[in-house]
Amino acid sequence: MSAMAFPPWAVWLMLLGLAAFAGMIALSIRRNRGIRRTLFAFPYGLWIVVFTLIPLLLIGYYAFTDRSGAFTLDNFRTFWDSNFEMRKQMLDMGFDPADLGIARGNVNMDTLIYSLWMAFLCTLICLAMGYPAALFMADRNFKLGSTLVVLFIIPMWMNFLLRTIAWMSLLEDNGLINTLLGALGLPRMQLMYNSRAVLLGMVYNYLPFMVFPIYNALSKQDPKLSEAAMDLGANAALTFFKVTLPLSLPGVISGITMVFMPSVTTFFIPRVLGGGNTEMFGDLIERTFLSADNWNLGSALSLIMMVLILLSLTTLRKFDPEGEGGTMI
Amino acid sequence: MSRMFKRGYLALMLLFLYVPILVLIVQSFNAGVSRAKWQGFSLKWYIDLFNSASIINAFYITLTIALLSALFATILGTLAAIGIHAMQKRPQGIMMTLTNIPMTMPDIVTGISLMLLYIFTRIPRGYFSMLLAHITFNIPYVILSVMPKLKQMNKFSYEAALDLGATPGYALRHVILPSVMPGVITGALLSFTLSLDDFTISYFTTSPLVQNLSTLIYSEARKGIKPTMNALSALMFVALLVLLLAVNRRANLVKETK
Repeated sequence: MSAMAFPPWAVWLMLLGLAAFAGMIALSIRRNRGIRRTLFAFPYGLWIVVFTLIPLLLIGYYAFTDRSGAFTLDNFRTFWDSNFEMRKQMLDMGFDPADLGIARGNVNMDTLIYSLWMAFLCTLICLAMGYPAALFMADRNFKLGSTLVVLFIIPMWMNFLLRTIAWMSLLEDNGLINTLLGALGLPRMQLMYNSRAVLLGMVYNYLPFMVFPIYNALSKQDPKLSEAAMDLGANAALTFFKVTLPLSLPGVISGITMVFMPSVTTFFIPRVLGGGNTEMFGDLIERTFLSADNWNLGSALSLIMMVLILLSLTTLRKFDPEGEGGTMI
Repeated sequence: MSRMFKRGYLALMLLFLYVPILVLIVQSFNAGVSRAKWQGFSLKWYIDLFNSASIINAFYITLTIALLSALFATILGTLAAIGIHAMQKRPQGIMMTLTNIPMTMPDIVTGISLMLLYIFTRIPRGYFSMLLAHITFNIPYVILSVMPKLKQMNKFSYEAALDLGATPGYALRHVILPSVMPGVITGALLSFTLSLDDFTISYFTTSPLVQNLSTLIYSEARKGIKPTMNALSALMFVALLVLLLAVNRRANLVKETK
């Protein structure tokens, strides 16, 4: 298989890395008569440099250059004004784009705002649906709780593309829901190809990510705390809002992080369940790279995405400085 | 009343999560191609499945990549965790920050950045490039599952072993490894499932000639998914369910013997 062949110099580079690792271990054995344990992290350090840091630098490189490799900020200008290239060419030819009715194009900005809005809605819905579920499952009197948590994980094993496609057969014009509606004598509904269908697909895919961390935070809570509140005269609602909820906030924060981050870059779901005007930022990046073949603009868009995500992460971390919420693990 | 409400609510949530999966499994037994109409029970899609070279090939690629990437990521990640754990505070902090970078990066950015790396270094995209990408996104999960076990370990047991005459290699194998084993297994299982389910990163790091199940489904999604694919995912789902039950049983047995 030709696809399996590496260029020779890549093989040399890998061998060089291995040799360096072996050499360092040999050296350290001679010096300390033992392997220094920190050396075990060496192959991983090398791996990170090659497969994480250099690729990130490449994104940065492409984002700030044009097709010829010269430094430019035009990619970011195109993000702000999708007609930027066209207007620049017109100016070069001596026309005023305003005379020709070519105004600022806001496709890219609008897609970003739409994605942020959809991710916000998705996070909100997941929180509203997931918090009660986590709360009920973490209830100590509820014996089935830990089993149910597993039931929340299992659907994620079905390939996510197939699960999304399965929604199509429910939502289609002559799909299951409409067939049921028809059988009941109710009017059929247009369920697919709009933002609501996309949102449904997103909530469906990301709900478990909200439930786990909240469940973890709630089940770690000492039940004596809420009992004490009750003993001191608080009613159930007051106990919940003054004790249980504040103590579960780290879980809520990590749930929000784990839902919001993948939702902003949702990819594929809008294409299957959405219509023409439901493109999200992930799809825009993919289209810019692969269909429009514009790596420079695509890299700039990826960079903007990453900066936004880092900003929201640092903001969220402020609410949970110790990272107590933890992740799924 | 409130008890009923709680149970009802949880039942509704699970219904929401499971309806599409049930629909998918039912469709895999449907004699017709139509997604909405039931045209009688049939196993024909299951027979088709074993005759479809492209699906079997994609399944093989998905499975071998999941196994190999889990294996390599577990080895590299466990070694890395032991190394990082032995480091001074500052380098340790730097390494952990570096470990968190790929986990906070959106999948699409990880995929694209690796694609750029492969194009830039002229590494052809295909099986190996996809394997390397999967190892890359799996290692941090292994480190994060091994690390807590290392922290729980008694700091002095390794040194005690050395004082008692064990060579560092012996102490590593007989003192450190056994106590971090649960974390290593968790990391390996996590890597395996993450790799099995990945679509976005695979999509950007492979060529159309080498497809795993996800990218195959993606390329077929526009033409309409054949029920054969449903049959395969129903089988995989059941297989994973059995695996989970087995692991769960083992975990329970371990708990009981303790």
